[in-house]
Amino acid sequence: MKHHEILIAGFGGQGILFLGRTLALAGMFEGYEVSWYPSYGPEMRGGTANCTVIVSEEEIGATISDHPDICIVMNEPSFHRFVPLVRPKGLLVVNTSLVRTHCPREDLEVLPVPANDLARVYLNGAEVTNTIILGALLARCPVVCRKSAEWALAEALRGKRESLYTLNLKALGVGWEFVAKGG
Amino acid sequence: MEKVLMRGNEAVAEAAVRAGCRLYFGYPITPQNEISEYLSFRLPQVGGVFLQAESEVAAIHMIYGAASTGARVMTSSSGPGISLMQEGLSSLAAAELPCVVVNMSRGGPGVGNIQPAQSDYFQAVKGGGHGDYRLIVLAPSTVQELVDLTYRAFYLADKYRNPVEILGDGMLGQMMEPVVFRDPEFPPLPPKDWAVRGKGNGPRKWIVCFDLDPKGLEELNLRLWRKYRRLEEEEVDYVTFGCSEPEVLLVGFGTVGRILRSVVREGEKEGLKLALFRPITLFPFPKKALQEYARKARAVLVVEMNLGQMLEDVELAVRGEVPVFFLGHTGGVIPTVEEVLEYIHFLLAKEVRVWK
Amino acid sequence: MEVVFKRPRTLLKKPFTYCPGCHHGLAQRLIAEVIDELNIADRTIGVGPIGCSVYIYEFIDVDFVVGAHGRAPAIATGIKRALPDCVVFSYQGDGDIAAIGTSEIIHVANRGELITAFFVNNAVFGMTGGQMAPTTLVGQKTKTTPFGRNPEVHGFPFRLGECLSVAEGSAYIARVALTRPQFIRQAKECIRKAFLAQIEQKGFALVEILSPCPTNWGMSPKEAVDWLEQHMIPYFPLGELKVKECLSRETS
Repeated sequence: MKHHEILIAGFGGQGILFLGRTLALAGMFEGYEVSWYPSYGPEMRGGTANCTVIVSEEEIGATISDHPDICIVMNEPSFHRFVPLVRPKGLLVVNTSLVRTHCPREDLEVLPVPANDLARVYLNGAEVTNTIILGALLARCPVVCRKSAEWALAEALRGKRESLYTLNLKALGVGWEFVAKGG
Repeated sequence: MEKVLMRGNEAVAEAAVRAGCRLYFGYPITPQNEISEYLSFRLPQVGGVFLQAESEVAAIHMIYGAASTGARVMTSSSGPGISLMQEGLSSLAAAELPCVVVNMSRGGPGVGNIQPAQSDYFQAVKGGGHGDYRLIVLAPSTVQELVDLTYRAFYLADKYRNPVEILGDGMLGQMMEPVVFRDPEFPPLPPKDWAVRGKGNGPRKWIVCFDLDPKGLEELNLRLWRKYRRLEEEEVDYVTFGCSEPEVLLVGFGTVGRILRSVVREGEKEGLKLALFRPITLFPFPKKALQEYARKARAVLVVEMNLGQMLEDVELAVRGEVPVFFLGHTGGVIPTVEEVLEYIHFLLAKEVRVWK
Repeated sequence: MEVVFKRPRTLLKKPFTYCPGCHHGLAQRLIAEVIDELNIADRTIGVGPIGCSVYIYEFIDVDFVVGAHGRAPAIATGIKRALPDCVVFSYQGDGDIAAIGTSEIIHVANRGELITAFFVNNAVFGMTGGQMAPTTLVGQKTKTTPFGRNPEVHGFPFRLGECLSVAEGSAYIARVALTRPQFIRQAKECIRKAFLAQIEQKGFALVEILSPCPTNWGMSPKEAVDWLEQHMIPYFPLGELKVKECLSRETS
């Protein structure tokens, strides 16, 4: 039975909440039960952000997760805070452009993605590291299929500039290709 | 019907508009600001009124004025703001004016913090302000249920001419889930012939929240009392989930209710026989139903994001027939599935054996 | 024979229950006369306060809403926003409007809320039995200033009308007394203008009406009228404090 508890964390401005929302939308399009719960309040103002997305075949109870099975960390503080919580055998996606620490746990599958470097090389420095990471995640673990994520991006960016959607679509591809071609 | 991914705060606002709410008065407070932000653009689209008041005290009295005209009106706030509204809520209850108040509650007491909590239970279900009155209190646990209960809140407010509080918390307000706006149909309501709209050619009307004659005021109180008893007869609502003859019956409302649903499911995997009883109406509280469910269990475990408020109503309902235990967190700490299961194991190993 | 003086249509046919020498009855009669003359009784909604002023709903034959102490301006706002075509007026005493309800009255004025407010200032809490009000004069003895109001302890009497006249949203602010026939004629004209400010959508309007309270001042009606003229009017000068001719909505 499909059931993913995904924690996404990083700095405010890295599009953490957007990434989570895109993932939740894609899950909804595929007919799964989904929930998205953000950190809010002083934390939000202090510059860090995280959210929990649950994608499941059954009705969702708790919308926060004691032990997420997928964890995306986009910066160093989030790495230290959340890595200990990840479920054994869980997947840890790390933005290695910003996180230098090596993962101390051996019971996790680690997917390193140098998102900022990829953005520099392939996207002319455009800071859409969140969508690059999403592409990478989906290439490794099909929480949702790529097509759904593309629809979700269209939905999440509805009313925004067309070029922003095109950029995100490209970023999704950059992340996907990075993993598909073996990192 | 279209499913949309929506934040709880925005979903309740949209549901209110669809339920016919055309006036909203409120004052900013976290974690429910998205309600007013949403209505500030949505209400003008349907010819409605959004007004940011100078305080919660003013907001609830603007509600009092607008409700007097028979319009469907709503305000929203959180803990400290709801405290400021108690004066107006007492007046609204006394004047028998319908309105909907959303409390996306947060950690208390005092200014507390802005994280999810359920510590406003007493305030919501026991009246809250001065005098002998009750609010109708609905406790949704998902964004979809929040939407569905918002429609029902407006219906119940009009049917009973009583303020209705939707008691959510920061988590429900902030999280996104898929929702469908079903626009339910309710039985027809009586005309609002009591509303004040200028007397026109007819006799004048007035709406007051006092009666200086002791007999008159007692009559008002008795009328309210009869209304509350009728609510207990007709409007009680709850859901149950899990094993029909559980070892432990879990009781929790709102956000905790959904966490306990996970506990029941996880517990099954560990071979535990658990069930959940989740009140949807906190006032009227589902006393009789809970008593019957509790009788089938070896023990009752109440879990709340406070230090034991609904617990008192559960104990009153169970009447000592089954031992009642409690697990609570407060200040924005959210109970985890893991710790509830651990406590159940502990109870089954030690306490329950002693009690039975 | 020609009838030259009669009960206004909008004043209900029953005796006022106010104390001898109190001017609430006079004020309410004037409001009823103006409502008659403007022919708005069918679409007028009054908002009552708590205190002696609350009884207005017993005497003026229009729809009424009465809520908690001090909140009449907020209640009036809710009504006016729901029913913009109605004429909405509030009627409050000094404790109600200038103490517990200060915030509400300042903000309706500042929003330029299209309501007409009446403020009966008798420098004392009436219904609660004669305690100090925000408008109690320096040296004035009340139940809670037994040695007279001392500014060092109790602060100064509050001039609400002046305070509201600086609000951008207020269109018409006046202070009147009812102690002489000429004052009564002026007061009625001010009440009329205050209603017109609303009807013509100029903005918020308030008429402050100085009134004696012989009961709580411990005076005879005649002494109270004299005391009002000698002590209150010098501190609370009569007249129009603000008259905004243009539409407030256009200037903002």
